Amino acid sequence: MSALLSVRGLRVRFGDAEVVSDVSFDVAAGECIGIVGESGSGKSVTARALLGLAGRQASVTADELRFDETQILDASAARLRSLRGREVGYVSQGALVALDPLRPVGREISDSLRLHTSSTPAQRRARVLELLADVGVPDPELRAGQRPDELSGGLRQRAVIASAIALGPRLIIADEPTTALDSTVQAGILDLLERLRSEGAALVLISHDLAVVSRLASRVLVMHEGRIVESGPSASVLAEPQHPYTRRLIAAVPTDRPRGTRLGPAPAVPVPSPAPAVPVPSPATPAPATSLNGNSGVTPVAGRDSAHPRRAEALTPEFPSTPVVVAAGLSRSFGARLAVDDVSFTLERGRTLGIVGESGSGKTTVARLVLALDRPDSGDVRLLGEPWSTATERERRPLRPRVGAIYQDALSSFDPRKTVGQIVADALTHGRSQRAGVEVADLLRRVGLDERVMNRRPARLSGGQQQRVAIARAIAPAPDLIVCDEPVSSLDVSVQAQVLDLLDELQRDLGLSYLFITHDLGVVRHVSDEVLVMRAGRVVERGATEQVFGAPQHEYTRALFASAPRIGGDLDLWPVPSVGS
Amino acid sequence: METAALVVIAFLALAALAPSVLAPGDPLAIAPLDSFQPPSLAHVFGTDESGRDIYTRVIHGTGASLLIGIAATAIGLGLALVFGLLAGFGPRWLDFGTTRFLEVLFAFPGLLFALLFIVVYGPGVVTSTIAVGLSTAPGYARIIRSRVIQVRTSPYLEAALVLGRGRPSRIVRHVLPNVAGSLFVLATLGIGQSIVWASSLSYLGLGAVPPAAEWGAMLSAGRTYIASFWWMTFFPGLFIVLSAAATTLLGRGIQQRGRES
Repeated sequence: MSALLSVRGLRVRFGDAEVVSDVSFDVAAGECIGIVGESGSGKSVTARALLGLAGRQASVTADELRFDETQILDASAARLRSLRGREVGYVSQGALVALDPLRPVGREISDSLRLHTSSTPAQRRARVLELLADVGVPDPELRAGQRPDELSGGLRQRAVIASAIALGPRLIIADEPTTALDSTVQAGILDLLERLRSEGAALVLISHDLAVVSRLASRVLVMHEGRIVESGPSASVLAEPQHPYTRRLIAAVPTDRPRGTRLGPAPAVPVPSPAPAVPVPSPATPAPATSLNGNSGVTPVAGRDSAHPRRAEALTPEFPSTPVVVAAGLSRSFGARLAVDDVSFTLERGRTLGIVGESGSGKTTVARLVLALDRPDSGDVRLLGEPWSTATERERRPLRPRVGAIYQDALSSFDPRKTVGQIVADALTHGRSQRAGVEVADLLRRVGLDERVMNRRPARLSGGQQQRVAIARAIAPAPDLIVCDEPVSSLDVSVQAQVLDLLDELQRDLGLSYLFITHDLGVVRHVSDEVLVMRAGRVVERGATEQVFGAPQHEYTRALFASAPRIGGDLDLWPVPSVGS
Repeated sequence: METAALVVIAFLALAALAPSVLAPGDPLAIAPLDSFQPPSLAHVFGTDESGRDIYTRVIHGTGASLLIGIAATAIGLGLALVFGLLAGFGPRWLDFGTTRFLEVLFAFPGLLFALLFIVVYGPGVVTSTIAVGLSTAPGYARIIRSRVIQVRTSPYLEAALVLGRGRPSRIVRHVLPNVAGSLFVLATLGIGQSIVWASSLSYLGLGAVPPAAEWGAMLSAGRTYIASFWWMTFFPGLFIVLSAAATTLLGRGIQQRGRES
């Protein structure tokens, strides 16, 4: 079978930096290939180069870059335009911003029909409705007339796909098509893409998420620092990864790891220089992994036993502890909408309570109520046995240092005018004493940062390093509880693994309790002792983590679990019906 | 561009602080025989109807013009800061009241408002400075208010609350420094505008009064002769443009740098 798209020796350079090196692959009609890699691996640039959209600063060269009969690099601008609209559909990464906010989505979709076909407005309108129905948008008559902000994330992504397939392209390039979506919505979008593929379209699927790619792609390319480090049939790449980077990527996915095991290779100390990263030589470990760590500025450090004991042994010294948090019958409504409806839970010292649910399920509101950033309409929260949600802010203040918080977007939680050192020093309970500098350095080391980052501004650090700073700030006042609101959701999977390992280690060493909020089932399973599953403000299921995951009782929990993509059909990693001790 | 702006500002600052260094003559000394001399080596910028040296007058007028510009901006920003902080931090009714009041002020074109003030309090350098300050205040106040609200509702202020910081400490440590950053840019951008406004008022005969050496007043005096003796209006006008452009460029430069870091 001859390939529809053929890429040989593709290189993309921005100035002196080569971001894509020597990438080659073929895609045939009706085939799906997946490109997997972390942010900065060059996968999106590759996709854009295929369309001639790499940008003006980019210089793109290739031994061959052919779509059907067209040599893309030699093609005229007009030929490329007709190619892009008519024969190649592009589903872009930012589905939520890819649509013009002021135009009804139906108009957006009919644009490509208007530009590339001769048709009457009535014909176009009929076709738009047909397309919307086709991609699974309910009530297309109504939806076509609505603007993007009136649609949910899933519907917007469907609209983007509808406009990409409007002219029946032979090749669809989808760049992170489901990254911003909840797992049940994601499952629907993946089904849709799969159907388009089975109808004969070639599909290039780009994602950082191995599970998503493995679900659709027959072949996988693993990209790292602009190069393809491994490629082959999905099943064999995932089951028997050859390249250490692929192995690390797969190992970092938390789904299959029970509580208390490390995700990352070893405790890592990020080096402050984010850029071209010559790994700091560490005499004890000239490990093969070192070469891979360059990109994230992380170098393994020797001298740690990676086999940690399970947490339960190390922790829980026998003292009659009061629960750290007792929430009773919490309800909170915004206008007519009941965001949190009668939620109760108890969090014991040294334990982790996971709250999982899709967006809009009320889990973030619960976090805000526990942090006393918001008052419940009814019910109350007690912290360490003291009244908390019913107290005034002045009464709460002495207890505030006992509660920390880390957020999804660490950067926006830092005062932009302050350096890392100032941010962490601010959090020390005794203010700016002379010892503060020493303590800040200790804290930064504690979270695996080089103390030299102290004088940097957080905006200059990588996402993982920023989250580490946030953790250092959270543990600075020696809290009992840390509320973690999607702390790893915007991080790459290997960085996510490092942060989760760090949180785990801190919990064991400092006896912290975590209220851990996430939409990611794998993460919640990995970190939690107990789980609450929330939907539309209510707790639909609760229990010990392994019990809930092993034998979900509520139908919504089962639907949620079923929709979560998992790695490889053969590697039936979870749900594992084992019962936790 | 920014270096050019800095050079111009340095020159203007020198002219304002030590005019005699650049122009040793007396700006008010008249020499009727030398009236209406075109620019020459003896009189670089020419002379006016009374034979006064325009170069000397322009240099000596720098102090007055810049002072009016800076003082007016300071008055405007000072008032705006009070209103902006009240609206940004105060209870909802205060925010509502202040915002509506500012909108009423906004309804007047700025210069008209300044004229109204001068009509009531009489012309002069001090009143025109205050007038310009007053009429620029509502614009600044709105910007400060929105900036205060933006910082106040930001995740890092919430993070400070979670750490147990009290309200005064949150305001002093986080809100004010972050608002002050944008305030500095506003101020440099505002000085240029204030200079132009103050000159306009002098031109209308409502600010500095002749024979005082002030750019706007000199423009006004030269207006009568603009067809025959262009240099009388050209050089004061050039300095107004230069000073306004230089401060504005500098402000933009600072703004840009702030955005990049």
